[in-house]
Amino acid sequence: MTHATRRGNATFGVLLVLIGVAIAILNAVAFHPGAGTQWTKRTEHVHTLEDGSEVRWTEHEAVSVKEGREMAALEQDAAPLFSRTAGLWGAAILTLCIFSFLLGDNPLYKAAEAIVVGASAAYWMVIGFWETIVPNLFAGLFPDWTRANFMPKLSAEASVDFLLLIPLALSVLLLLRLAPKIGWISRWPTAFIIGVFCGLRFISSLEADFLSQIGPTIKPLIVMGENGFDLESSFSNIVLVLGTMACLVYFFFSVEHKGAVGKVARSGIWMLMITFGAAFGYTVMGRIALLAGRFEFLFDDWLWLIDPKDAHPAQAFLQTIAPMLT
Amino acid sequence: MYEFLRDLDRRVIFSLMALAVAVPILLQITPPEKATPIVRDAFETIEALEEGDRVYMAFDFDPASAGELQPMATAFVRHACEKKLKIYFTALWPVGPQFIKNAERDVISRDFPDMVYGEDYVDLGFKTGNEGVIKLVANDLRTQYPQDARGTPIDDIPMMEGVASIRDFDVIMNVSAGYPGTKEWVQYAVASAPDDVKLVAGCTGVQAPLLYPYYPQQMSGLLAAIKGAAEYESLVLGKYGRENEPGMYQEGLRRMAPQLSGHILMVGLIFVGNLVYFMARKRGEA
Repeated sequence: MTHATRRGNATFGVLLVLIGVAIAILNAVAFHPGAGTQWTKRTEHVHTLEDGSEVRWTEHEAVSVKEGREMAALEQDAAPLFSRTAGLWGAAILTLCIFSFLLGDNPLYKAAEAIVVGASAAYWMVIGFWETIVPNLFAGLFPDWTRANFMPKLSAEASVDFLLLIPLALSVLLLLRLAPKIGWISRWPTAFIIGVFCGLRFISSLEADFLSQIGPTIKPLIVMGENGFDLESSFSNIVLVLGTMACLVYFFFSVEHKGAVGKVARSGIWMLMITFGAAFGYTVMGRIALLAGRFEFLFDDWLWLIDPKDAHPAQAFLQTIAPMLT
Repeated sequence: MYEFLRDLDRRVIFSLMALAVAVPILLQITPPEKATPIVRDAFETIEALEEGDRVYMAFDFDPASAGELQPMATAFVRHACEKKLKIYFTALWPVGPQFIKNAERDVISRDFPDMVYGEDYVDLGFKTGNEGVIKLVANDLRTQYPQDARGTPIDDIPMMEGVASIRDFDVIMNVSAGYPGTKEWVQYAVASAPDDVKLVAGCTGVQAPLLYPYYPQQMSGLLAAIKGAAEYESLVLGKYGRENEPGMYQEGLRRMAPQLSGHILMVGLIFVGNLVYFMARKRGEA
């Protein structure tokens, strides 16, 4: 592909995203007024602290557009929320940006990709801190300080667990990787992690993937059911046993794959190919499901062309386009 | 014709796939589903539980696979709620807690408002550490989860009474997008106590062929990809379906029509691709 073609494809991709957004805006204004809005029910909370001062905050609970409008009609505190509506439009536009990669790499795709990577990394870090480091490390080492600053519900009887100094020290050593001169020290905690996981995995794989698999592979080749010979189960067991043996022979390299051994090994390859085919089929199914999920989000939540969840005042797609066709 | 097919622009194939998936969604076609034995076994494992039994609900997935896994997660939660089981939500993926909140909002609060947090269900939140967490939970859950996701110490949560390890749960229900996920639950939880721990899982299509060998000895049932989700939904709807059933409980079933048209297109494309290849070989071009 020439540079000019690549550039043309990139421009075409960007153009299609912009056209998509323009159509969505037109749809939200002319065809489905309010499409893509997010409604919330607001609840005001007041908490009185020990010193008598009050802390106030507003909780926004997501509700469907239909529910929101019904609540608003009953003069309950429900209304469209700008930040969540912007979030939905952002998600939809980013989906289009990612789709545009099919036409060629372009700046909108790159921007969307960077946002995904950056947001994921930041989210991972924040949630790791609040869900693991604070309750599992800080609460154990500094219970009073953690109770005062992060976890007011932490028990007043919580005592200091000095054993936690070991993982804390290993964590600090791991971070020394950032200091070039003493970065080598980070190999010690890395070695500890690798050692622990090797040990864990060795035992679990041996138990779950080897020993526990031997029993289910030893099956009767002729199965007799209540009504005599069970053809389906017998065939299934024969395929299972012979297939397993053939695959094992294929991976047995101490004997040259010639003659009878070669033929069995070849049938083992066929078994593996069938497995890969099944895996490919499942992968296709998975990818189509993801695409269907994204399309449903665009057509339902964003454009209101369909309404399978009975969430907004949309007409069915056919009802929408029928007047245009006639 | 040969030249046309040989030089077919990949964008034409993308457009055909987009149409094959989009049209059934817009027309809202929902084909019927019949459950296969492996899905039926998953359903029956939950059905066999008594009111008040404990289920450990591990949501190990993220938005990237939600299109495939959200329907089975919703069906699992709804089934557990209908059976009046005690649900213990956890996540080994950082975005898992968001899906727990979605389940709480969309299923529990909306359709089972009588369920009380801390008595009927609890959100234990996300823990980093992958299989290390599972290994620890298999022996000592309380050390790994000193508090729930809302910051309440677990000693203060009524439904945590009598819960010390994974052996105290009647079933683990896992929704898995990869590592860590169902494979690790089998390796570290089920393998630690094969007679005491039952596992029912829902997984992505990519993982399914690797998990089938665990059924039925190490896993009581498996929902493989969106097809498994649709089958499970049909079973739950068949048993607990109501009039004007909310559409969110039929998400998997709705995704089967695009599957059908998408797969027909794929089979057609593979056939055409092979045809072009053999024609090219015959002409001496390949």
